[in-house]
Amino acid sequence: MTTAAVEFRSISKNYGELQALNNISFQVEKGSFFGLLGPNGAGKSTLINAMAGLITPTSGDILVNGFHTVKNYRGSRKSLGLVPQELISDPFFTIKELLDIQSGYFGLKGPEQKQWTSELLERLALSDKANSLTNTLSGGMKRRVLIAMALVHKPDVIVLDEPTAGVDVDLRKTLWDFTKELHAKGHTIILTTHYLEEAEALCEKVAILDKGQLKALEKTSDLLSRHNFRYIRVNFEGGEPYFISELQSRVDSLSKTEVVFKVEKEMPLNQILGWLVESKVHLKDITSRDATLEEVFLDITSEDK
Amino acid sequence: MMAFNFVGCWALFVKEVRRFYSVAVQTIFAPIVSSLLYLLIFGTVISAKIDVFTGLSYSQFLIPGLVMMTILQNSFSNTSSSLIQAKMHGNLSFVLLSPISPLEFYIAFIGAAVVRGLAVGLGVLVVGLFAFDLHMIQPGLILLFALLASAIMGGVGMTAGILSDKFDQLSAFQNFLIVPLTFLSGVFYSISALPSFWQQASHLNPFFYMVDGFRYGFFNQSDVSIGLSLGVSFGFFLLITFINLILLYKGVKIRD
Repeated sequence: MTTAAVEFRSISKNYGELQALNNISFQVEKGSFFGLLGPNGAGKSTLINAMAGLITPTSGDILVNGFHTVKNYRGSRKSLGLVPQELISDPFFTIKELLDIQSGYFGLKGPEQKQWTSELLERLALSDKANSLTNTLSGGMKRRVLIAMALVHKPDVIVLDEPTAGVDVDLRKTLWDFTKELHAKGHTIILTTHYLEEAEALCEKVAILDKGQLKALEKTSDLLSRHNFRYIRVNFEGGEPYFISELQSRVDSLSKTEVVFKVEKEMPLNQILGWLVESKVHLKDITSRDATLEEVFLDITSEDK
Repeated sequence: MMAFNFVGCWALFVKEVRRFYSVAVQTIFAPIVSSLLYLLIFGTVISAKIDVFTGLSYSQFLIPGLVMMTILQNSFSNTSSSLIQAKMHGNLSFVLLSPISPLEFYIAFIGAAVVRGLAVGLGVLVVGLFAFDLHMIQPGLILLFALLASAIMGGVGMTAGILSDKFDQLSAFQNFLIVPLTFLSGVFYSISALPSFWQQASHLNPFFYMVDGFRYGFFNQSDVSIGLSLGVSFGFFLLITFINLILLYKGVKIRD
């Protein structure tokens, strides 16, 4: 019995000269909340589409719940529900009709399935709009419909490709509450997002892709603690000081009343304080914090630039 | 591993039928009216100038041709426009994410194309039967050719829909291939009235055999033998099925 919800084995995907994915191999454990991160064009959506069977990799294999996505596509597609990034809809059908049709594709019908689709409509606050054509809906509503459609067959693995892009605070909360609930019930959640604070708060493990290559694969906590830097914020008064060279080289950001230094983790705070005194900085306040996932992410993805 | 996803295939078939039915004015009634206009214009204005089969008026001769032309064009339109719209809107991925096999996908789409082809063809035929003294000598053969032709053209429409990336390309396929082949398939005339070269050229047009075989079911008269028409039509159906299944299994232009 495999412990992997999804297993990527040496996946490459070429579009002519462009190598969208380059020999990607890793596993997503069953029941985990996994983040797939990377800048635009990193290959995240290509990898997700390959996992969902929407594109065929140039080489390599993907197994979803142990089912090969090409050789045993029925098993892999039944195991996976994808909420795509694009707000796609079908102008000919209402929300309820679309859910019934999608259920049918998966061979599901009958009162039990009707009950489940009604539950989905209710849970995603779509009941009032159930008989509306999907092309008349707002962006947020369309996003909810896509989530409901991805869940009609109760997949073990749920993939959310940028689910909160352009959605309001209410929907974001509804979405995360629902996603946490599904995760608690044992579903594996794979998330891509540009809001890294979301990934930091939700994901137990992350993979960082850049230019089609896997740059990092670690538990989120390990990735953050392994980071070599911490950040010291200093509020000052009396105008912008002249920092001595040891501090100047560590400035991460600077405004008229605040400076943030990016310093090595092992460096004692006394050393920093000494340099601040030497720079004649009129201190108002000083705080220290570890790196955020966003800062780690930027470090990793800017290595090749 | 399920052997055949009957429920999924049926769901896709019903969805495709409901898709064209929801815009029935455009997909059913408009083509019927267009065909009846052809009947009105050709049947009354130029009927005296064209020789057709012995013992038949031109209008009687024309009706089966028009019915078949309507079937050919509408079954083609059904699959091709559905696929290109689904590709452009992105909602083809709803089907592609599901466990529906290429064969089930093919059967569902062709089934819907057959339903539309027959619905529109029947509309023209009913008017023809009421307005003119038209007899169906071999109804079984008529139905067989109607089914074969709509399935074939549903298949051709699927190939065009898969290979086209935008409406413009599909329109070129339709205007420069389907319409000329349909108009030159003997819908409006018997090829025996053509000069020798064009008679020979007509034999290379697969649509001609569908029209000729269909017409044989009404009159027991045709330009070529019914066996040849059946053989060519059935062979064409197998060929287009094979091509589509290869495209779908390989995921050409839809899973790449």
